[in-house]
Amino acid sequence: MIFDNIRRTLLEPLWDEGPNGIFLLFNGLRETVVITAVAIAFGIALGIVISLLRMSRNRLVSGLARAYTEIIRGTPLLVQLLIIYFVVFQAVDLNKTMAAVIAFGLNSGAYISEIIRAGIQAVSPGQMEAARSLGMPFGMAMKEIILPQAVKNILPALGNEFVVLLKETSIVGFIGGNDLMRAGNKIRSITYEATIPLFSTAIVYLVITFTLSQLLIKFERRLHTSD
Amino acid sequence: MIKIENLRKSFGRLDVLKGITEHIAPGEVVSVIGPSGSGKSTFLRCINLLEEPSGGAIYFQGIRINDPAVDINELRRKVGMVFQLFNLFPHKSVLENITVAPLRLKIMGPKEARDKAESLLESVGLRDKIDAYPAQLSGGQKQRVAIARALAMDPVVMLFDEPTSSLDPEMVKEVLDVMKSLATRGMTMIVVTHEMGFAREVSDRVFFMDDGVILENRPPGELFGHPGHPRTKEFLSKVL
Ligand SMILES: Nc1ncnc2c1ncn2[C@@H]1O[C@H](COP(=O)(O)OP(=O)(O)OP(=O)(O)O)[C@@H](O)[C@H]1O
Ligand SMILES: [Mg+2]
Repeated sequence: MIFDNIRRTLLEPLWDEGPNGIFLLFNGLRETVVITAVAIAFGIALGIVISLLRMSRNRLVSGLARAYTEIIRGTPLLVQLLIIYFVVFQAVDLNKTMAAVIAFGLNSGAYISEIIRAGIQAVSPGQMEAARSLGMPFGMAMKEIILPQAVKNILPALGNEFVVLLKETSIVGFIGGNDLMRAGNKIRSITYEATIPLFSTAIVYLVITFTLSQLLIKFERRLHTSD
Repeated sequence: MIKIENLRKSFGRLDVLKGITEHIAPGEVVSVIGPSGSGKSTFLRCINLLEEPSGGAIYFQGIRINDPAVDINELRRKVGMVFQLFNLFPHKSVLENITVAPLRLKIMGPKEARDKAESLLESVGLRDKIDAYPAQLSGGQKQRVAIARALAMDPVVMLFDEPTSSLDPEMVKEVLDVMKSLATRGMTMIVVTHEMGFAREVSDRVFFMDDGVILENRPPGELFGHPGHPRTKEFLSKVL
């Protein structure tokens, strides 16, 4: 019975001369990874900018940066995705992957800016004072003394953000994106069989996130032994 | 060398320094003592502008330093500072800790910076630790490296903020010895300290600070022998 289900949902063509379930899942996974990776890259760039603005002495500038983070963190990602796709890019014919990348990038940029800010603030204020007391200007002290230490706090958290975002991209189906989640769901609706497709989807997510987390733990240990 | 006129500093509504007027001559060693919270650190930190004075004036080598026109970084090169918690750069080796500022500020080339670091480490007895990282050093060793790091900029004044207060007792002496030899070689020093022995033996003058003002300013023999103010008497009776 279960083997029969596996054969029907994953191994055999889903329709005449169509792909099998594994092929669909694999394609979906590729889309998921692409969206996540590009969105994270965009999010890092945006996060750096926002964290700099946030630390600005200009009240208006830092206020705007703060407002951005609050708005992003205070509204559901799904709403943001739908607004980006159906409202902001309604006029332009943007492909779904691009829309997803922009929405997830804008979202993770807010979280990443907080990661960067926290990473910098976790460096003891005495470090900046010591650097400044030697006559180093602020920018030089930041680059030579603070950032190299902050990076050790930031990188593990960034890896974690990647893992979180990978799972969160599972909502791109709402705008018709063909990611891993959508593939699993498609197989379910074609075969009228829920268990195997959904568990397969979950297992693929789990394998990827678990592997990444393990790599992260190793990486973090390496960072700490170099102190 | 340093002239301070009616120096005031407040944090919000909290008045921490309430008008300090002092003069420190080249080569002088001044110890600053007083109860916790009296403003000793704030006083010291105003001198290299880690805190911005709220009022009054500080002159360094004849130039008013609490003035927007002054190049803060230029000033700080000439005023070394040693912190209670060392504040060594943990991601840099002992050598790099000492050379990073002179190199990046282009005051020295790599060869000169290294030679200078070696001779400074020699003078604080840590020549063999040149490639160590701060985490591999004891507290006393860290503080001696921090002193060498400050000296690498060739400062004309050294500020010490309780340099031995976070050290285990057996390491206090090695740091005080380095400071003593620095004093003997004519360095101008302002030392906030709880080490009454050091204040008595090494300093030319002792400032007793209480509640944001300097209540007494006298040579150590007089201040410790015949404290002039009841608050000084009370403080000394607690710490001696
Ligand atoms: N950045 C700051 N913001 C607000 N208050 C401060 C700040 N720095 C110091 N203070 C306050 O100023 C007062 C004097 O502090 P300061 O550190 O100069 O005292 P201190 O004499 O060095 O004391 P201790 O012996 O404990 O080091 C304290 O009440 C302290 O809480
Ligand atoms: Mg203090």
